[in-house]
Amino acid sequence: MASRDFSHRLSDVHGSLRRPVSLSRRLHMDIPLLVLLLVLAALGLGVLYSASGGDMNYVRRQSIFMCVAFVGMFIVAQIPLDFYRRWSPWAYLAGCVLLVGVLFFGTKAMGAQRWLEIGGFRFQPSEVMKLGVPMAVAAYLHQRRLPPSLITVIGALAIVAVPAALIVRQPDLGTSILIAASGLFALYLAGLSWKMISVAAMALLVAAYPIWHWGLHDYQRQRILTLLNPDDDRFNTGWNIFNSKAAIGSGGIYGKGYLQGTQSQLDFLPESHTDFIIAVLSEEWGMRGALLLLLLYVLIIARGIYISFMAQYVFGRLLAGSITLTFFVYVFVNIGMVTGLLPVVGVPLPVISYGGTSLITLMAGFGLLMAVGTERRRVHF
Amino acid sequence: MPHDYHLKDPHTEQRLFRNRMLVALLGVVFLLGVLVARFYNLQVVNYEDYRTQSDENRIQVRPVAPTRGLIYDRNGILLADNRASYNLSIVRERVRDMDATLELIGNLVRLDENDVAKFQKRLKRRRPSYEPVPLRFRLNDDEIARISVNQFRMPGVLVEAELVRYYSLGDLFAHSVGYVGRISDSDLNNFTEDDVRRYRGTRSIGKVGLERSYEDLLLGEVGYENVEINALSRVLRVLERQDPKPGADLVLNLDARLQQVASDALGDRRGAVVAIDVNSGGVLAFVSKPSFDPNLFVTGISFADYRALSDSLDVPLFNRAVQGRYPPGSTLKPLMGLGGLQAGIISRETTVKDPGFYKLPNDPRIYRDHVRWGHGEKVDLVQAMAQSCDVYFWDMAHRWDIDDMHSIASHFGLGAKTGIDLPIENSGLFPSRDWKRGARGMPWFPGDSLNAVLGQGFVLATPLQLAVMTATIANRGTHYRPQMVKSINGVEQPSEILHNLEARPDHWDLVFEGMEAVVNHSTGTGKRAGKDLDFRVAGKSGTAQVVGIAQGARYDSEALQERHRDHALFVAFAPVDNPRIAVSVLVENGEGGGKVAAPVARELFAEWMSRPQQELQKAANATHLGEGASNG
Repeated sequence: MASRDFSHRLSDVHGSLRRPVSLSRRLHMDIPLLVLLLVLAALGLGVLYSASGGDMNYVRRQSIFMCVAFVGMFIVAQIPLDFYRRWSPWAYLAGCVLLVGVLFFGTKAMGAQRWLEIGGFRFQPSEVMKLGVPMAVAAYLHQRRLPPSLITVIGALAIVAVPAALIVRQPDLGTSILIAASGLFALYLAGLSWKMISVAAMALLVAAYPIWHWGLHDYQRQRILTLLNPDDDRFNTGWNIFNSKAAIGSGGIYGKGYLQGTQSQLDFLPESHTDFIIAVLSEEWGMRGALLLLLLYVLIIARGIYISFMAQYVFGRLLAGSITLTFFVYVFVNIGMVTGLLPVVGVPLPVISYGGTSLITLMAGFGLLMAVGTERRRVHF
Repeated sequence: MPHDYHLKDPHTEQRLFRNRMLVALLGVVFLLGVLVARFYNLQVVNYEDYRTQSDENRIQVRPVAPTRGLIYDRNGILLADNRASYNLSIVRERVRDMDATLELIGNLVRLDENDVAKFQKRLKRRRPSYEPVPLRFRLNDDEIARISVNQFRMPGVLVEAELVRYYSLGDLFAHSVGYVGRISDSDLNNFTEDDVRRYRGTRSIGKVGLERSYEDLLLGEVGYENVEINALSRVLRVLERQDPKPGADLVLNLDARLQQVASDALGDRRGAVVAIDVNSGGVLAFVSKPSFDPNLFVTGISFADYRALSDSLDVPLFNRAVQGRYPPGSTLKPLMGLGGLQAGIISRETTVKDPGFYKLPNDPRIYRDHVRWGHGEKVDLVQAMAQSCDVYFWDMAHRWDIDDMHSIASHFGLGAKTGIDLPIENSGLFPSRDWKRGARGMPWFPGDSLNAVLGQGFVLATPLQLAVMTATIANRGTHYRPQMVKSINGVEQPSEILHNLEARPDHWDLVFEGMEAVVNHSTGTGKRAGKDLDFRVAGKSGTAQVVGIAQGARYDSEALQERHRDHALFVAFAPVDNPRIAVSVLVENGEGGGKVAAPVARELFAEWMSRPQQELQKAANATHLGEGASNG
C-alpha cells in the first residue's frame, strides 16, 4: 500500500516537474500542423480525381507520392535542429555544385536544362535549394550579431545570389526568384534595416527597364504583356488564363458540383491537374471551396508563424519564418496566376497540384518546421 | 558553436524577429485579401459573364448535313451514289497558331501549295468560326492514322467523315446527271439567307446537269444537334438533335443500257444522241460526246485536270445535246412537208420537175440540189423526202409564207427552249419576218425562205429539239415536254403536253410514208437505220453545212480542215405502226447523215425494241399519266 502510494506520488512529482511526454512530442510531430496537412492532402486527392477526369491512375500515384512525402517529413522532423545548422553550409555547397553540374551535364526538356540524371533517376537540384538556401542563410545569420551589419548582409546576399544566378541560367526564372525570396525572407526577418530595404527597392525599380529589355526571354515578356491585356490574345498566350478565369467565374458562389465542372471536364483547361488545379476546385466547389482552401492555407501559415515565434534560437526562428513565408508566396503566386493577377510562371499549388518532386520538397520543409517546433522540448527533455 | 550566443542578445533578437514577422503578417493578410477579392470579383461580380462564356465554350449548335438524294436510271441502276470520304479539317476557333499547325500537318500528310491556298480562301469566307474548314480531302488510311496519333498536338485539327458523290458509271451520264462540286464564292454570292441556313454543314452543290436542276430536291433539309464538345472540338455527347431530312431520290427515264448502246454507237466521234419515249416525252438516252469523268469535280478538280478538259479542242465539257446549235438541214423536211400540206401549198398529187437546180423568178441566182442531175421530171412529196429532193421544197417554200412556216415549226418545238428539266438549254432559232427585222434590221427575202425550209441559213436547232420534233411527228402532233426525271421519291412525274397539233390524218399518213421510204425504199437515204430490223423504222437524214463554229472554241489550223466538213444528222422513230421511241443523232463533221448518223439510230432501235414488250409497256404506262397520245 505504502509502496503503491510512494510510486503514485513519485509519478506525481515527475508529472509536476516534467511536462507530460505525449506521443506527439516523442515523435516530434506538431499535431495541429499534421492534421491540417492531412486534411489538405485529402482535399488535394479529391480535387485531383476530378481534375484528371476521374483517372484513378493519377490519384493512385499521387497517393504514393503523398505517403513518401509524409514519411520524408517524419524523418526530417526527427533530426535535431543543431544537426541541420551545422551541416547546412555543406548541403548548400553540394547544391551549388549540382547546379553547376546541371549547366554542363543537365538533361534538356521543354527548352530548359533543369535535370540531372544519375543512374536512370532524374532529379532537379533547384528543388533541393528551395530548402538549402534559407537553411544556409539562417545558419549564416545565426552566427552573426543581429540586426545584421552591412558586411553580414553582403555575405547573406552572396549566399542567395550564387544559386539564384545558376538557376536563372537553366533558364528557370520562376524558381530562381522563389529561391532567392526564401533567402531574402530570412535576411529580412533577421532585421535587415528598412533603409537597406528601401535602397534595394529603389535599385530594383531603376533596373526594371534594362531587365525588361535584356534580362527577359521573349516568352517571359509575352506572359507579362498577356497579363496586362489577356483578351488581346485569347487563343495564344491568353488561352490558359481566359479559360481558367471562365472556369473560376462560372463556378459562382456554390460551384457546379463535384465532377460537374464543364470547363475542366471538357479539357478547356490546360494543366488542369497541375498548375491550374485551383480552377477546377473553384469551378466545381465555387467560392465556398476556394475560401475553404484559402482558410486551410491560412491556418497552416498561422501555425508556421506560431512555431517561429516559439523558436528559441535564431537558426530555427529564421528557418521556420522563411519556410512559412515562402509557402505563402507559393500559394499566392499560384492562385494569382490562375486567377489572372500574375503572369503565368509554372508554380504548383502546394500539396494540391499533381506532382511528386514539389510535394516531397514541400513536406520536407514542413518536417523542418516541425523540427523547429519540437526543438525546445528536445532541449528540455 | 554555443559560445556565439554569449555575444548576442537573445531577447532583442527575438523582439526584432517578432516585429518583422508581424509586418510580414500584415503583408500576408493584405495579399490574402487581394485573393479573396479576386475570387469575389470573378465568382460573384462577373459570374454571369463567365457563366455565359463557359456555356459558349461547351455547347455548340452543330448543323447536321442531310444526305443527298440518290439518282437511278429507269431500271434502278444507281447513277449517283454517296460514298464516305475522309477529310482533314480545321476549326479556326480552336487553333492557336495557324501557321505552326499547317506546318505540323504538312509533316504528316501530303499538302501542296494549292491545298493551302484553297484552304486560306475558304478560311476567309464568313462562316461560323466553330465550323470545321476542310484543308485536305480524301485522306487515305495511312494519313488518317498519322493525324489521329498526333491530334493531341494540334487542337482544332480533325478528321471528318463526309459523304461525297460518286458517279458509278463515270462519263456515261456526265452530261445528263451532271455533277456536284464544292460550294464556290459565286455560289455563296447567290445564296439567300435561307440558302445559307440550308447549306450549313453541306459542302457540295449541284453544278451542272440534273444535279443542278434538281438541287433543291436532292439537297434535303439540314438538321441540328446541340453537342457538348471539348477543347479539341471533339463531340462528347449530343444533348439534343433534330434529324436532317435526306434529299429526294430521283428515278430517271434514262436507260443505262440504251445510253451505253448510244454512246458505243457514236464511238469516238464528236456528237450527240437523244432518244425520247414517244408516248411520254421521257428522255431514254442522252449522249453528248466526248464526255468526261464527273467524279473529278466532286471534291475539287485539280488545275491540270481542268485545263486538260477546258483546253481540249473537242470541248468535252460542252453539252452538245442541249447547248449545241446546229443547222438541222434536211431533217426538217417531214415537218415542212406536213406544214405545206396543212397550209394547202402542196398535196399528195403535187409534183415538181427537178433538173438539179432551182431558180427564183426575177433572181439570177441558181440554187443547186445536192444531186447535180436532179431527181427527175415528176417528184412528189414522198419521193422528195425519201431522196431528199431540195428543189421540191424550194418550190414549196417559194409559194409559202415564212410566218406560217415559222408557226408550224414552233408547234414542234423549234426556235424555243424545249423545257427539259436540265439547267442550261439553248433555244435554237427558226426565223420569222419579225425576227429578221428585229435581229438583222432587214426585210425577209424570198431566198431566206428557201434556206429556212432546208434547215439552213438562220435555222439552228439542238439535237434535243430535233428529238422532240421527231417524237411529236411520231405521235401525230402531241408535243410533250421532254423529261429526264421519271419519279421523285417514288412519285411518278406526270408528262406534260405543251401543244397538240390538229392535222388531217391523211397528211400524217403521207409524212409517215415519206419517212418510212427514207429508210425502207431502195433509193432512200437512210437505209442503214433499218438494216436487219424486224420492225419498220421511219426517219430522215440531214447534212448541214458548217457555216461557222457555234461553240466559239479555239480551233487550230490543222484541225480546221476536218472541222469544216458537214455535220451528219439523222432523226427517226420506230416502229412505224406504233411508234415508241424517237431518236435524233448528230455527228459533228461526219458528212453524210444517212451514212454516218443513221446506223447510230439503228443501234438504239435494235436495243430498245429487243426488250420484252410487257416490260416496255409497263414502263410506258407507269410514266404516262398525262392525256392519251393520239396513236392513229
